[in-house]
Amino acid sequence: MAAPQKGRRQTGAPGKPGRTLILFLIAMIALVGGMFGAGELTPRLGIDLAGGTTITLKAKSSPGQANAVNETNMNTAVGIIERRVNGLGVQEAEVQTQGSDNIIVNIPKGTNSQQAREQVGTTAQLYFRPVLTLGPGDPAAQQPPPDANPTPSAGSSESPSPSGSDKPKETASPSGDNAPSPSETTQGRPLTEDLKADATPTPSGSASGKPSAPPSEPATPPADPATEKLQADFAALDCTNEKARGVLGDNAKPDQPTLACGENDGVWEKYILGPAEVGGKDVDDANATINQQTGQWIVQMDFTGGGSKKFQAITSKLSQQQPPQNQFAIVLDGEVVSAPSVRQTLSANAEISGNFTQESAQDLGNILSYGALPLTFQEETVTTVTAALGGEQLHAGLIAGAIGLALVIIYLVLYYRGLALIAIVSLLASAVMTYAIMTLLGPGIGFALNLPAVCGAIVAIGITADSFIVYFERIRDEIREGRTLRPAVERAWPRARRTILVSDFVSFLAAAVLFTVTVGKVQGFAFTLGLTTVLDVVVVFFFTKPIMTLVARTKFFSSGGSWSGLDPKRLGAKPPLRRTRRLSAPTDPKEA
Amino acid sequence: MSRLGDLGARLYRGEVGYDFVGKRKFWYALSILITILAIAGLAVRGLNMGIEFKGGAVFNTPKTSISVSEAQEHAEAASGHDAIVQKLGNGGLRIQVTELNTAQADKTQTQLAEDLNIPKEKINADLVGPSWGEQIANKAWTGLGIFMILVVIYLAIAFEWRMAVAALIALIHDLTITVGVYALVGFEVTPGTVIGLLTILGYSLYDTVVVFDSLKEGSKDITKQTRHTFSEVANRSINSTLVRSINTTVVALLPVAGLLFIGGGFLGAGMLNDISLSLFVGLAAGAYSSIFIATPLVADLKEREPSIKALRKRVLAKRAAAAAKGEPAESDQEAYDEPRDAEPDDGEGPVHAAPPAAVVAGPRSHGGRGRGRASGKRR
Repeated sequence: MAAPQKGRRQTGAPGKPGRTLILFLIAMIALVGGMFGAGELTPRLGIDLAGGTTITLKAKSSPGQANAVNETNMNTAVGIIERRVNGLGVQEAEVQTQGSDNIIVNIPKGTNSQQAREQVGTTAQLYFRPVLTLGPGDPAAQQPPPDANPTPSAGSSESPSPSGSDKPKETASPSGDNAPSPSETTQGRPLTEDLKADATPTPSGSASGKPSAPPSEPATPPADPATEKLQADFAALDCTNEKARGVLGDNAKPDQPTLACGENDGVWEKYILGPAEVGGKDVDDANATINQQTGQWIVQMDFTGGGSKKFQAITSKLSQQQPPQNQFAIVLDGEVVSAPSVRQTLSANAEISGNFTQESAQDLGNILSYGALPLTFQEETVTTVTAALGGEQLHAGLIAGAIGLALVIIYLVLYYRGLALIAIVSLLASAVMTYAIMTLLGPGIGFALNLPAVCGAIVAIGITADSFIVYFERIRDEIREGRTLRPAVERAWPRARRTILVSDFVSFLAAAVLFTVTVGKVQGFAFTLGLTTVLDVVVVFFFTKPIMTLVARTKFFSSGGSWSGLDPKRLGAKPPLRRTRRLSAPTDPKEA
Repeated sequence: MSRLGDLGARLYRGEVGYDFVGKRKFWYALSILITILAIAGLAVRGLNMGIEFKGGAVFNTPKTSISVSEAQEHAEAASGHDAIVQKLGNGGLRIQVTELNTAQADKTQTQLAEDLNIPKEKINADLVGPSWGEQIANKAWTGLGIFMILVVIYLAIAFEWRMAVAALIALIHDLTITVGVYALVGFEVTPGTVIGLLTILGYSLYDTVVVFDSLKEGSKDITKQTRHTFSEVANRSINSTLVRSINTTVVALLPVAGLLFIGGGFLGAGMLNDISLSLFVGLAAGAYSSIFIATPLVADLKEREPSIKALRKRVLAKRAAAAAKGEPAESDQEAYDEPRDAEPDDGEGPVHAAPPAAVVAGPRSHGGRGRGRASGKRR
C-alpha cells in the first residue's frame, strides 16, 4: 500500500489526531470558561437589537462666532465624534445630526455611557501656553485675612461667574496690541514681568503664606488696563468653582494671554498663561503609554513637522527662564491638564502627565488623535432608547434563521449521511467558538453585535460548511479512485487544505483591508468577517481533520456502510480499470 | 439521494457533464442581458436610500401607551416610507422616517397625531441628518478600491493574471446584479444592505477561487499532453467541483432563504428583508458567476496564449488523425493517461468513448457537443 504512506507523508499529522483534538477542546473549554469567568454570557448587542442610550448634544454658539454653527462644522463634528465613540470600530455607535444645531449619539446598551459622554462632549481644544503666573486656585484660603484687597476677594467668593463673564470684553479689547508681543521672546519678557508683578501682590496679600509665585516688585503700578484687568480677574478667580472654570474655557482666545485653572494632586491652581504657542492641530497622533521611570500613565503626543518646529522654538526659549515661567501649560478645553517645567529644548513629541489612570490616559489619547471639535457642545438630554428593530422582528428573524439551519442540517444528512454528523459537530464547534469570542470581546474591546453582523454570521455558516464540503468531496473522490477510507482521508487532506487556505485568504484579505481603511459599521462588519474566517481555518485544521482521521478508524465509517456516506458502491467507485498502474488495485475486493 | 451521489460519481468520472465552456456564449449573453437590466433599473428607478444615508424626519412623541410596532405601522402608512421606531426612556416614542421635506413632514405629523391619538403640537418634529454620513461611505469606497487592487495582485501571483481578471469581472457582475435587483424591487437600502453587499464581495471571490483552484490543478502540465484542449480541461474542472458548488450554495442559501422568505415574507419582519435580499441575490449570483462566467472567461483568455493555441492545434490534429484511422478511444486514452497519471480527477478510460457520452448527453440538449469530441468543430 504505497498510497496511504504517501498520504501520510504529505500531512504528517494523522498519527496524533487525538492530541490535536484534545488541544482544540482545551482551547474551546478555556474560551467558554473565560466567558463564564468574566460573567458575560451573551454577546453585547448592537443598538438595533438591544437599544441603548441616546445623548443629544447642542452646539453652543460662542460670542463673536455667530456663524460657526453651520452645516460644515456640524458634519465635521459628527465625523470626529463618530471616530471617538467608535474607537476600535466595533462599538456600533451611531452619530447623526438633528435639526440645525443638535447631534444625536446613540450608544448600545452595556457601553460605559459615562465614558462615552465624556468622549463625545469633550471639545478637545488643545493648546500649549507658557505659564506667566501661578497661584493657588482656592480663594477660600484667601478669605481669613480680608483686609488687603477687599474688592477682588469679595467678588471671587460671592459671585465668581460675573467676574468671569466680565473677562471676554476686557480681554478681547487689548487683543490687538497684546497678542503679538508675548509670542516674541524679547517682548514677551517685559509683559510677563508686568503680569507677574501686578498679579502676585493680590493673592499674596490676601492669602497668607502661599509662596508659589513670589512677588518680585509688589509696588509696580499697572502697565496697561488689559493686564491690570487680567490680574484682577486672576485674583478673583476661584478655581474650585466649577462654573467659574467653565466660563474660563469658553472665553479663552488662543492668541491672547488668558486665565486658566488646573488640578494638581487634588489641589486647584490658577494660572495666567501666555498666548498659545502650539495647538492641537500640530499634534499628529496621541497614545497612552506608561512612563518607564515613574510607572504612571501618560499621554504621549507626536507632532507634525510644523508643530515640532514650533515646539522646539518655544521649549528652547522657556528652558532659559526662571520658575514658574519655565513652565509650559498644556491646556485642554480651557483647563490646565499639566504644566511641566522645561529644562532643555525639546522637539518631536511631548508628554502629558497627570493623575491618569490607564483608562483616562487612553481616552485622552483617543480624543487628541482625532482632533478638536470645531464647535463646543452641551449635553442636552441623555435618555435610553429601545431597539430600533422591534422584539417581534428579531423573534421572527430567529425563527426564520432556525428553520433555515434545520433545512441545512436535513440537507447535509440526506446528502452526506454519516459524514453530516462530522459537519454538524464541526459547525457546532465553530458556533461555540464564535459565540464565546464575541461575548468576550464585548467587555474586551466594546464589540457589539448588530443585525447585519448576525446575518453575516449566518452566511459564515455557508463558508465554514464549504470547507467541510470541499474536504468531503475530496475524500469521496479518493474513494472513487478505489482507495479505502483511511488512505483516502489522508490523501484528500493536502489538496482540500490548499483550496481552503487559498479561498479563506481572499476572505481574510477583504476583512483586513476593510478593517484598516474604513470606519463605523463597515469596520464592525470587517471584524466579524475576519473573525469567522480565521475560526473557519482553525476549526477545519484542528477539529474536523483530526475527527475525520479518528472516525476513519471506526468500523462504521471504514466499512462503508450505506449510512456512513462513504459507501464506495453508492459513490460509484470503479474497480480499477484494465490499465491499472493505479495503486488502488488491492482495494478492489473490498468494494465488490 | 443516492441518485445525487450517483450524479456526483458520474460527474467525477466525466460520464455526464454540462459543457459550460462550450456554451459560454449563451451564458455570457444571459449575464450581459441581466446586467443591462440591472443597470437600466438602477438608472430608471434609482436606489431607494434609507434614512441612515439621506437623513429624514424625526418625530418625538410624549409618553404614550402605543406599542412600537403599532407606531411603526402608522408611521409607514402616514409617510409611505420605512420608519424606525424606538421607545425613549421617558416613555415617549422616537419615530424616524426617510427623507421627507418640510411640507411632507408636516402632513405626516398631522396624520401621525391623528393615528396615534396625540395632540399634534405635542409631537415634536425635526429633521435628522444621516447616521451613515459621506465620510463613512467614502472610506468604504476607498477600502473597496484597495481591496480589489490587492486581491487582483494576490490572484495574479497565486494563480495568474487571467484568473484575476476573470474573478474581478465575475465580482463586478455579482455586485451589479445585486444592486440592480434592489433598484427593481424598490427595497430600501440600509446599512444592512451595504453590509450584505460587502459579504457578497467576500463570498463571490471565495467561491470563484475554489473553482479556480480546481482548474489550476487540472491544467497543471497541460501542454505536456495532447488529448485535451484547455477549454475542455476547464470544463472538466467545473464539472468535477460541481457537486461541491451545488452543496455549498445550498448550504449557504438555505438559512438566508429562511430569513428572506419565512422571516421577511411570511412573518413580516420588514427589516430583515433589506439584508437578506442582498445576501440571497448576491450568493446566488456569486455561485452562478464562478461557474458560468469566471471559468469560461479564463478559458477564453487562455486560448489566446500561443502555447495553448499550439496545444489546441496539436489536439485537433491528433483527433483528426485518430478519426481517420478509425480507432478513437484506445489511442486517445494512451496519450491522455500517460503523463497525467498522478491526477486522480482524470477521467477513467472507457467512459470517454463516444457511445456512452452520446447516451448520457441525450437528455441534455447540448451536452454531447461539449464532451470534447464535438468541440473540435468549433473554430
